Amino acid sequence: MAKRIRKARKKSRMAMTWHQLKKNKVAMVSLAVLIVIVLVAVLAPILAPYGYEVADKKNALAPPSPEHLLGTDRLGRDILSRLIYGARQSLSMGILAISISAVLGILIGSIAGYYGGWVDTLLMRFLDVYQSIPMMLLCITFAAILGPSLRNAIIAIGISMVPGFARMMRAQILTVRDNEYIEAAVCCNASNFKILLTHIIPNAISPLIVTITMSIGGAVMSGAGLSFIGLGVQSPIAEWGAMISDARNYLRTNGTLALYPGLCIMITVLGFNLLGDGLRDALDPKLKN
Amino acid sequence: MALLEVKDLKKYFKVGSRFLHAVDGVSFKLEEGKTLGVVGESGCGKSTLGRTILHLLEPTSGQIFFEGKDITKPDKPTLKKLHEDMQFIFQDPYASLDPRRSVSESISEPLRLQGKMSKSEILEETRRLMDTVGLASRFENSYPHELDGGRRQRIGIARALALKPKFIVCDEPVSALDVSIQAHIINLLLDLQEQQKLAYMFVTHDLSVVKYISNDILVMYLGTMVEKASADELFANPMHPYTQALLSAIPEPDIHVKTKRIIMQGEITSPIDPKPGCRFMARCQYASEECAQPQTLEEVSPDHFVACCKCRALKEKKAETVE
Amino acid sequence: MDEVILDIKDLVVEYHTDEAVIHAANGVNLSVRKGETIGLVGETGAGKTTIARSILRILQTPPAKLCGGEIYFKGQDLLKLSEKEMRAIRGNQIAMIFQDPMTSLNPVETVGFQIAETVRIHNKCSQAEAEKRACDMLEMVGISSDRFNEYPHQFSGGMKQRVVIAIALACNPELLLADEPTTALDVTIQAQVLEMIQTLKERLGTSVVLITHDLGVVAGFCESVAVVYAGDIIEYGSVEDIYDHTAHPYTVGLFGSLPRLNSKERRLKPINGLMPDPSNLPEGCPFAERCPVASERCTKEKPEATELSPGHFVKCFHAKGGQ
Repeated sequence: MAKRIRKARKKSRMAMTWHQLKKNKVAMVSLAVLIVIVLVAVLAPILAPYGYEVADKKNALAPPSPEHLLGTDRLGRDILSRLIYGARQSLSMGILAISISAVLGILIGSIAGYYGGWVDTLLMRFLDVYQSIPMMLLCITFAAILGPSLRNAIIAIGISMVPGFARMMRAQILTVRDNEYIEAAVCCNASNFKILLTHIIPNAISPLIVTITMSIGGAVMSGAGLSFIGLGVQSPIAEWGAMISDARNYLRTNGTLALYPGLCIMITVLGFNLLGDGLRDALDPKLKN
Repeated sequence: MALLEVKDLKKYFKVGSRFLHAVDGVSFKLEEGKTLGVVGESGCGKSTLGRTILHLLEPTSGQIFFEGKDITKPDKPTLKKLHEDMQFIFQDPYASLDPRRSVSESISEPLRLQGKMSKSEILEETRRLMDTVGLASRFENSYPHELDGGRRQRIGIARALALKPKFIVCDEPVSALDVSIQAHIINLLLDLQEQQKLAYMFVTHDLSVVKYISNDILVMYLGTMVEKASADELFANPMHPYTQALLSAIPEPDIHVKTKRIIMQGEITSPIDPKPGCRFMARCQYASEECAQPQTLEEVSPDHFVACCKCRALKEKKAETVE
Repeated sequence: MDEVILDIKDLVVEYHTDEAVIHAANGVNLSVRKGETIGLVGETGAGKTTIARSILRILQTPPAKLCGGEIYFKGQDLLKLSEKEMRAIRGNQIAMIFQDPMTSLNPVETVGFQIAETVRIHNKCSQAEAEKRACDMLEMVGISSDRFNEYPHQFSGGMKQRVVIAIALACNPELLLADEPTTALDVTIQAQVLEMIQTLKERLGTSVVLITHDLGVVAGFCESVAVVYAGDIIEYGSVEDIYDHTAHPYTVGLFGSLPRLNSKERRLKPINGLMPDPSNLPEGCPFAERCPVASERCTKEKPEATELSPGHFVKCFHAKGGQ
């Protein structure tokens, strides 16, 4: 029975958000676009006409043709196929990196916000110092120490984005903590940890969902940036940022080489940002009747 | 033996390097099944008093006895037991319920945390509690934002009753509600008191409500208790100048009652590091030099305590003018 | 005295949201005479504030929509004026005081400047003259003009509300709309503020529409009363009519909900149920569902206003004309 109640609750909260989100056309279009990109990434081996590393040296830098719909790159690899496989790398970079930073950020922010006192001061001052180092520099340092690879790029981006989430979570916790239902829970003999887990975090997290969504776009960009300067995904694996990097010597002669991955990055980032915008409106309790 | 006894309770908050005297030397006794009304204006420390007794805030000094046992500094198991015996009903039915929890989840929370009952027992008990406070079972899976203020306050009451407490602090439980709903909640609280022999500490700024519901009334001003008496005695025979002004300011919903309002000059002074004398002095029409001395609580007539060095003189003067 | 200064005829206001149309005012008729104080009483969501805001035309449109009716102010239909003409009336001939003094003052300007600004906007006068007037106004509401250059946060709640009143009265308005002016204040401060409004009103001859949920405040302050329920005035009359010859069952219920200081009864007699959902009003009398004397006819037909005695109107089929 308790399980049934829980289910009903989850459904109703999701349903309420979904109901609000459905009214937002821009958010729905973004969501559709993102779903298509995810499907493309998942189904890459089926959809791509060639493998991402299949090189046809004789056909290098070919213009679009029935065999190669978007042409080929300097090694004669099919651009379309590489874009399709690239979606895998770019998306996983964005989503995994943000998962790391969100989990760490929420944890640190919650502890700092709920316990306060010296714990709070210590954590926040540490983050202050941490945040004063430029993010890209931090990523480069991480990637340089751990060596360039997709996994390390993800870790680097993830860790570099922790302070933002932590700060936001802390601010949210401080607002929620002052509510009377927290005192009510204390009166019911709930332990601090239980209150944090069951009352405070669930109520503090809504605005974070929005930020998290929007940050995925940012992480995709950072990932592309790292790959562009050679610290992210390594050749021959296809990744949008790395593709732009490859194309930079041909910008004058074959500008489209850089254009396609650039467009892919833009559409993905825009999609996440607009979806985040829509989510913010949908999660705003004031808009609920 | 009194159910609850509070002796010279103090709660100071640190504000920078100074101290805010939120509760400053409050003492009272409360019997089983009785109601103590605590009245005063915003910032007089009446909510802090309730929270300190329930150990939501730690007392600075003084003693609290519950059923004869000193509970001023309880250890963990004692505190756990205390929160089963003493509960809190909050002022704001919007802020006192977790917006992400359904009605039954909110009410059953104390039972689930107590961990003594099985799931089906908890469910049954939750339904019984909802029935006790007059919540239809169809609201079981509703969320607070779907309900009106009165129903939300009923959820808060049901949650407070879940562990079968003996003493409940009601912190302005009706002041956020409309009059017609307010009346239902007051009636409910009175019914529950009769059925379960509950003792209430009823904190409010609404004097007509407090007269209606209380046996004894404690008037607070800036953290100090200025007067304490039975409800009838206090309203019939207010002694402290502040109580007199407070009572005269009540707007009575009757056009034939023409009370002469005592319009006080000035505003409440700061409770941060107050001077030792009477805190009402700045606004009091009878104030003189002797009021700058610390005031003691005097029993002017049986069970009627007043902290005013002038009250005897004023009483005699009043008696003279009546004659 | 009998000159009608404000005359509202069949005012209909709706709020249009995505889901529903909320009927906030359904054919409100109300007139205010010169120098009169009229109390607009009702519960949260009854439509009191909507009525006041429509008079000043400061409703947010959308979602609000003025669907019909006329509001005559000194013979001129306010609803037909251009926005520019309306601005000349707003704050100058009709002023409004809001519930929360904390949010109706600009925190980054001095209080003196804020009063002077209002004066300057409406009267073509020099800065010095406006400041002189502002000082006078401050003194008039009982604040020393030395505090001219202080900021709102340096004032307490009661003082802020005085400043708000000073701003409202700075241009000698003929009509003052006071929306719960004392709800956020303590009783003793409430008494001060009400006393002050009363004195100023008598001195300046202003008509006042006092919006409140507190029947006690109305009893001490108003000459006429309009009881608002579900967007309609269901009973209107002088305070004697309403308090001594209560006719509408809803008004009777409101009085029954109030704890009286001199009552000996152990239980209040509140109204059952809740106000109907304003987006889904019943066909007949909006109170029928909660009414103890409702008949078949009440659920089918909406009662028109009947005059029980001169000046005492009630919208009920069963009103007995005062017992």
